[in-house]
Amino acid sequence: MESSLVLRVVAKLLIPFILLFALYVQFHGDFGPGGGFQAGTIFAAGIVFYALVFGLDNARRIVPDRLVEAMLALGVLIYAGVGVAGLLLGGNYLDYFVLAADPVHGQHRGIFWVEAGVAVTVSGVMLKIFYMFAGRGRHDGDAA
Amino acid sequence: MSGGLLEHFSHIVAVLLMVAGLHVVMARGNLIKKLVGLSIFQTSVYLLYIAPGKLIGGTAPILAPEYALYSNPLPHVLILTAIVVGVATLALGLALAVRIREAYGTIEEDEITAADNAVQDAEGAKP
Amino acid sequence: MSLAAHLPALQVVLPLLSAPLAVLLRHGGLAFAIVTAGAWSAFAAAIALWLQVGETGAISYHIGNWPPPWGIEYRVDRLASFILLLVAGTAAVVLPYSRASIAREIPRELHYLYYAMFGLCLAGLLGIVVTGDAFNIFVFLEISSLSTYVMIALGRDRRALAASYRYLIMGTIGATFFVIGIGFLYLMTGTLNLVDLAERMRSVESSRPVLAALAFITVGVSLKLALFPLHQWLPNAYTYAPSAVTAFLAATATKVSVYVLIRFWYSVFGETLIFHRLPLPQILLLLSLAAMFAASFTAIFQDNLKRLFAYSSVGQIGYITLGMSFDSVSGLTAAVVHLFNHGITKAAIFLLIGGLVVGLAKPDAHRDAPAGSRDAVPPAPTFDRLAGLAQRMPLTCFGIVVAGLSLIGVPGTAGFVGKWYLILAAMEKGQFWIVGAILLSSLLAVAYVWRFVEVAYFRSPPAGCARCEPPPGLLIPAWLLVGATVWFGLDTSVTLGTALDVARQLVKVGA
Repeated sequence: MESSLVLRVVAKLLIPFILLFALYVQFHGDFGPGGGFQAGTIFAAGIVFYALVFGLDNARRIVPDRLVEAMLALGVLIYAGVGVAGLLLGGNYLDYFVLAADPVHGQHRGIFWVEAGVAVTVSGVMLKIFYMFAGRGRHDGDAA
Repeated sequence: MSGGLLEHFSHIVAVLLMVAGLHVVMARGNLIKKLVGLSIFQTSVYLLYIAPGKLIGGTAPILAPEYALYSNPLPHVLILTAIVVGVATLALGLALAVRIREAYGTIEEDEITAADNAVQDAEGAKP
Repeated sequence: MSLAAHLPALQVVLPLLSAPLAVLLRHGGLAFAIVTAGAWSAFAAAIALWLQVGETGAISYHIGNWPPPWGIEYRVDRLASFILLLVAGTAAVVLPYSRASIAREIPRELHYLYYAMFGLCLAGLLGIVVTGDAFNIFVFLEISSLSTYVMIALGRDRRALAASYRYLIMGTIGATFFVIGIGFLYLMTGTLNLVDLAERMRSVESSRPVLAALAFITVGVSLKLALFPLHQWLPNAYTYAPSAVTAFLAATATKVSVYVLIRFWYSVFGETLIFHRLPLPQILLLLSLAAMFAASFTAIFQDNLKRLFAYSSVGQIGYITLGMSFDSVSGLTAAVVHLFNHGITKAAIFLLIGGLVVGLAKPDAHRDAPAGSRDAVPPAPTFDRLAGLAQRMPLTCFGIVVAGLSLIGVPGTAGFVGKWYLILAAMEKGQFWIVGAILLSSLLAVAYVWRFVEVAYFRSPPAGCARCEPPPGLLIPAWLLVGATVWFGLDTSVTLGTALDVARQLVKVGA
């Protein structure tokens, strides 16, 4: 891929901040607009940006396909795992009240992990979709 | 009458989007255009839910002494879910369109139907 | 709290958990093991719930310990527990069948994804039935539908792709209509909990948004359940999907949608509105009759056996909706019992056809086509290939005939029970012409089943064909379901007993 020097330099400067911003949105979700969905998408957007500038193969080297697929599954498992943790601690499914001695703190802890799971899955899904479509047509007959 | 129209502005927009989207889905033969129509159709639903949840002057439901008027957050949450579903549907639809293009060499519905019919006739004609 | 108290949640969570685990393991065999374990434990949970609900009445479970109507409530009543049995039971039988079946139909490297999709689809279908929250139904509906589209597209024939795409468009329109209807109800009542919704409905019952909501929900769900003129997506989707997928879908997907319709008509909107103020029963009666005749008639002229039985499914759904249109205890009993019985009958037939396709491919096996190659399209089960098949695959063919008898409604098979109650319901209403219509449309079923019998039993097989019964991994699950069709035709205490209970609970106004 032919890419201008300006674009490469700007991308290198911007991408760390995009990823940092994703983390900010993730953890600021408690107090303002934000949360796992937005953070996951922003994170994926950072990687997609990298892929656009430096090429898909380089992006795949940093975030390999296997990792992306594992992220898909892992996020859902974290989410469901929070629910099961509620069950094991004597509450109902997805009961956050029992996750800590103080119910308010328990709610906090529950939503933290749920949002973490959402962020992991959403960024995984976004990257998977991007890889799928971007990788198409280069090597035909690849498994869908 | 015009006052009534303004009052229901968001609903009118929602209905327009709904009908326009549905029309595109039905009237267009191109698989990608159909998906575009489907997305517009789904967008109208987001508006239908979100608009009544907005209270002019209301804030997010954060318990604080200086706010008394809150917007209902539930529609937003519901539509966040619906948007995710919509994105998943669109991605799957596009993926299918890509595969169809690889298998048939076209994304026009009438050409696909013609190809299918040809295969079916050939199957039927075999002894 | 004991484990039993959490059954409604576990019912959905266990298969739901199995899906990401299958993706994480990335191995066909391990994925199979874990998803099958999920499905079997879901089946066990369904049986336990069915017993529990039979003793204590409806169970309510508060997700996250938020009491309804604020939190999401999982609510299992008699009807829900019955549908859970059907869905989880079918999955428990179809999954072991999948192992032997998809090895021949889906490339090896995609096996673990197939199982993940199956787990998701199962979780979605179970979730629709268990949840007591209207928006939650939509979410689960889409979970199950999206995974269904993927599974259909896994079919080897390229027409599977087009069929899946068409189903995606129709299904999404249906689901979006449904969610528009929910939106109107939410705007009018401010609640999404089904029980709460039913109570608050009384004060706004005949307002225009509620009627619009009824229209949107009914049309949306009818698309999903393939009510007669909205069934266009079904035949191709069933024909070109992998065999195991077809069997699972035919037994569950449309049936769960029927459940949603019953739930909304009887529990939420109420019979008075549906059956006494609006001409809905007449419309439903007309469409059901049209399905029974037009779809069954179309079925007779199909060359592909899978497509023949797909059209027959549309016709059989007509019987189920016909039962709903009567608004009487025996009518709804007929609908519910036929829903269950037709589900297992159709699953048995499609499993057997899957075996039949494998058997047909056998004589060509010595050509050593690589098992996973995409170009090798499996032979379609068209009638010209089936001549004299009964000599080559006696067990498979006999199974199809037995299940076919159940489709016709011969006494001693499961299909008879539903039809008998339909006839009773029609006679109660004094509408004897409907009795005639039911009998006439059964004759159409005789015609299409006879077509198979004639070709398979009375034509001589092509020379040089040995016995080629499909392997036991395919035959045993299929025959398990064939056995069930006979069992539920003879011992009706489970099916009919539950259905009668359900109908007595739901039908309050009608006779």
